[in-house]
Amino acid sequence: MPEIKVTPLGAGQDVGRSCILVSIAGKNVMLDCGMHMGYNDDRRFPDFSYITQNGRLTDFLDCVIISHFHLDHCGALPYFSEMVGYDGPIYMTHPTKAICPILLEDYRKITVDKKGETNFFTSQMIKDCMKKVVAVHLHQTVQVDEELEIKAYYAGHVLGAAMFQIKVGCESVVYTGDYNMTPDRHLGAAWIDKCRPDLLISESTYATTIRDSKRCRERDFLKKVHETVERGGKVLIPVFALGRAQELCILLETFWERMNLKAPIYFSTGLTEKANHYYKLFITWTNQKIRKTFVQRNMFEFKHIKAFDRAFADNPGPMVVFATPGMLHAGQSLQIFRKWAGNEKNMVIMPGYCVQGTVGHKILSGQRKLEMEGRQILEVKMQVEYMSFSAHADAKGIMQLIRQAEPRNVLLVHGEAKKMEFLKQKIEQEFHVNCYMPANGETTTIFTNPSIPVDISLGLLKRETAIGLLPDVKKPKLMHGTLIMKDNSFRLVSPEQALKELGLAEHQLRFTCRVHIQDPRKEHETVLRVYNHLKAVLKDYSVQHLPDGSITVESILIQATAHSEDQGTKVLLVSWTYQDEELGSYLTSLLKKGLPQSTS
Amino acid sequence: MLDCGLDMTSTLNFLPLPLVQSPRLSKLPGWVLKDGSTFLDKELKECSGHVFVDSVPEFCLPETELLDLSTVDVILISNYHCMMALPYITEYTGFTGTVYATEPTVQIGRLLMEELVNSIERVPKAQSASMWKNKEVQRLLPAPLKDAVEVSMWRKCYTMPEVNAALSKIQMVGYSQKIELFGAVQVTPLSSGYALGSSNWIIQSHYEKVSYVSGSSLLTTHPQPMDQASLKNSDVLILTGLTQIPTANPDGMVGEFCSNLAMTVRNGGNVLVPCYPSGVIYDLLECLYQYIDSAGLSNVPFYFISPVANSSLEFSQIFAEWLCHNKQTKVYLPEPPFPHAELIQTNKLKHYPSIHGDFSNDFKQPCVVFTGHPSLRFGDVVHFMELWGKSSLNTVIFTEPDFSYLDALAPYQPLAMKCVYCPIDTRLNFIQVSKLLKEVQPLHVVCPEQYTQPPPTQSHRTDLMIDCQPPPMSYRRAEVLTLPYKRRYEKIEIMPELADSLVPLEIKPGISLATVSAVLHTKDNKHVLQLPPKPPQPPASKKRKRVSDDVPECKPLKPLLSGSIPVDQFVQTLEKHGFSDVKVEDTAKGHIVLLQEAETLIQIEEDSTHIICDNDEPLRVKLRDLVLKFLQKF
Repeated sequence: MPEIKVTPLGAGQDVGRSCILVSIAGKNVMLDCGMHMGYNDDRRFPDFSYITQNGRLTDFLDCVIISHFHLDHCGALPYFSEMVGYDGPIYMTHPTKAICPILLEDYRKITVDKKGETNFFTSQMIKDCMKKVVAVHLHQTVQVDEELEIKAYYAGHVLGAAMFQIKVGCESVVYTGDYNMTPDRHLGAAWIDKCRPDLLISESTYATTIRDSKRCRERDFLKKVHETVERGGKVLIPVFALGRAQELCILLETFWERMNLKAPIYFSTGLTEKANHYYKLFITWTNQKIRKTFVQRNMFEFKHIKAFDRAFADNPGPMVVFATPGMLHAGQSLQIFRKWAGNEKNMVIMPGYCVQGTVGHKILSGQRKLEMEGRQILEVKMQVEYMSFSAHADAKGIMQLIRQAEPRNVLLVHGEAKKMEFLKQKIEQEFHVNCYMPANGETTTIFTNPSIPVDISLGLLKRETAIGLLPDVKKPKLMHGTLIMKDNSFRLVSPEQALKELGLAEHQLRFTCRVHIQDPRKEHETVLRVYNHLKAVLKDYSVQHLPDGSITVESILIQATAHSEDQGTKVLLVSWTYQDEELGSYLTSLLKKGLPQSTS
Repeated sequence: MLDCGLDMTSTLNFLPLPLVQSPRLSKLPGWVLKDGSTFLDKELKECSGHVFVDSVPEFCLPETELLDLSTVDVILISNYHCMMALPYITEYTGFTGTVYATEPTVQIGRLLMEELVNSIERVPKAQSASMWKNKEVQRLLPAPLKDAVEVSMWRKCYTMPEVNAALSKIQMVGYSQKIELFGAVQVTPLSSGYALGSSNWIIQSHYEKVSYVSGSSLLTTHPQPMDQASLKNSDVLILTGLTQIPTANPDGMVGEFCSNLAMTVRNGGNVLVPCYPSGVIYDLLECLYQYIDSAGLSNVPFYFISPVANSSLEFSQIFAEWLCHNKQTKVYLPEPPFPHAELIQTNKLKHYPSIHGDFSNDFKQPCVVFTGHPSLRFGDVVHFMELWGKSSLNTVIFTEPDFSYLDALAPYQPLAMKCVYCPIDTRLNFIQVSKLLKEVQPLHVVCPEQYTQPPPTQSHRTDLMIDCQPPPMSYRRAEVLTLPYKRRYEKIEIMPELADSLVPLEIKPGISLATVSAVLHTKDNKHVLQLPPKPPQPPASKKRKRVSDDVPECKPLKPLLSGSIPVDQFVQTLEKHGFSDVKVEDTAKGHIVLLQEAETLIQIEEDSTHIICDNDEPLRVKLRDLVLKFLQKF
């Protein structure tokens, strides 16, 4: 039986290092190629030796698909393609293709220039890797090869984020990447049609969360920022340069405008302006409202938000700073955090999910004494707030997507095992489909049972549909045809055509039954009685009395002769071909019962 | 329905709509018939020997009488110029279907419509002429009015609410997106290389493929290059939207455009470029961007005046995915794909919604003005024609190929300003067409009649027509064409359970057969064969209540039979089954097998078997099954 195999190399019962292998109808596809923020050793990249020990990756993989530009989905790509070695196609959307190399370069700089690691991918490798990328449009059907096709759907997680359908013949898999089912201030909601894939691979970051309304969260966020600024405190919001940053900037910008606030808002790193420029050029990927009004007012041109300089961190007085990276695991956000952590007037707001092992994760789980590099202990007195602004679908959203796509199986990745378990049960209960949650390196096999497409001759099909234009649900009609199998082609034709094509003659099988009837009348009167009887019983059939004295019921012929010995008995000869077997057999048994007395 | 274009050449018969009162136009004499009657002098005015209708300009619609447009399910749009009649069709014909177009087509199409509506609505004209349309009257008019076709069908411009309603019926699609229509056919837009978002369409079922190639270009300008490979293996290729000016080379024309522009400005004159607000103007601005510094034109202001000028310039920058490779790469940097962003930033190019307002303060001469409409009948261009027409220092340069420049200029005669005709039409010429057809090799080509003969003015140029084998099938307005294609097969799916139950039989080496008796389910034009729910019961085994209960309701089809019956083996089989008194007689064509006791006779011939027996059903059935064992079923 045909099967689909899925093996996560990363993101199996875990968040980070997304990388999932899918084998479908003989094609091997790798979904995402991410790094893990929680590790600094070998474990930060997926273990590509799983794919092949000594062969070339290009020979084993038909293509690689990157869902969006976050590093936990594309961070290992240059390592994979240039250091391990892969020369096949890599698919991503245009915005992802544009932004991905910037973030990779940023990641490389932090790792190599700041932390001094060697044996890491180089700028040139990023460039060479990006040359292998093929950009795809939304909803475009990309033919990877003759059999394998992929199609991108809007995912609404970050600019350019996409879900991908992978299809071979009539078997298909949908991989969601990260997605968001509720539109926000700058992106639209994820959307997919009822494509009924054999398997839906969904992220499950917020498997157990049902988030309150976005409006409440936003109001809460603004209130906290406002209060802190009012009492002269500093607010640190660690973000990734692209994504939530723009969402929160739009939020604060409009709030500052409305409340006429004066405290400065800064955005760290040189990426900001560049990042906002990407949003302007790829405005077709944002939500309807922004797209509609961009000619009059471009939402990504901020009035209140200015570029941050390292020296500003020591300025007195209130301020709000967006700093990268988002999980406080390195870079500027961590530096500012160290500076401000000791003052209880200050506040850090974590607007998204933090991977285990990061400073962000530690403070969110309540740790207030942190061991920093060089055994230094940092005491956190500032307020720590968590506000889920990550653009991930919550449990409700995940269920909604399943309802939309109607998959036959669901497989969860990109989440924590315990939470997945809960969601898995919920999915199985509500949709009655199998739900899987393999760990990294564990293979899930799904059996598909595809129907077989064949060519039906239009003549046969039309004959069949013409017989009954109104299908009767209770009495399904049987259609009869002959399937010709030749050189891997399957054609369903009418039996007559099959005989003709094969040069065979039809063998006619005919039956003639003698039915004896007691009737003293003259032959032609008997025939008339038989005719009237049949006419009365077989209302839906064409019963005819022919001039030569015979009767036809459809193509069955009935003739009457007198019995050679007994004049009171008439012999009816009922003659039919095998094709009329049912009716012929029925007629003989009907006539055997004799004629009703009343008919005359 | 393929495309929904508007014939705007009809407007050439009308007087221009001036933005400010034009004494010249209002003083034009009324037209007088030869016999001196003046009943038309309110409607028709004469200017330099030409007669014009003094009324709100009207447009010639697509054919709406030939068929009931409410029966049209789908309209496919190939580019933004080919959707200008949409509001007339979607709002007034009972059309309830869906329109498919790419996102840039919709957005820029909206801009073109907005500009059109705006330029006509802002100059309200009290008069609406209709007397001249009377067939009897029209006969008396001079050419070209006399020969204008379908004048009774000409319509005034639509309104913005109608435009919005029409556009709301459009479903936006992307290149290479496969769109299922009612399960019966699949349509796919492909890049056609002519304009932002312009597309050719493939309409295909599992077995037939029709390509609709309209407005395509093989030149490298700003749009994504034409996708030719996907047009291969077409059964029918419908070809239209070729270049209007097959003899002009677009590159040469751009060169001429630049040099004429530079010359005029250096001599202190102004340049007027009547144009659409999107399309070639992007390429012209790009050329000028590279040209102005070297030509010493850095201080000459460029003005782009259109109610949608700003939107057009902004929109052009956000459709990176629909642009050629070079421009796409720029966005990755990130930089705006078109250099007109820089022209605007450096104040070399300024754009205004109209001549009123800011423009009148900023306006400096000599200058270059890009504005619409290319027909010179409405829009801001009318004002500049009136303003600059009297001086021979100024130049009007025609770049849009849709209107004859002489006809466009007619109501402005006599004219002192220089006129230069540099039509830039990047669509396919006949050399490119024959190259394309060789490459794509469709079985049949279908095209408008005028492409199958040389242009009427250049009848010796036999190279200016489509040349292919077999010769193209041509059509003309309101003609019905039957495509030479017969459909033979359709796809059907066999459910796995049914497939498992089939018993293939190898009839000849490499050819296997299986008889299929199954239930056909058809939904949304998709056919599926399923296992019958339970085997159909023979009527004999049913309990009987009433005679008529028993009547077989439909004729269950029995398989066809083939093969022949070897008499010796058949007799052996009969004996094995307990018939002891079998007798065989030879006949001319075969044999007769007699079962004496049962008074039964079986005639066996090469291609037929006839069982003649008494009404003994169990016996007959037994014999039948024995015979069937020797035959193959189909």
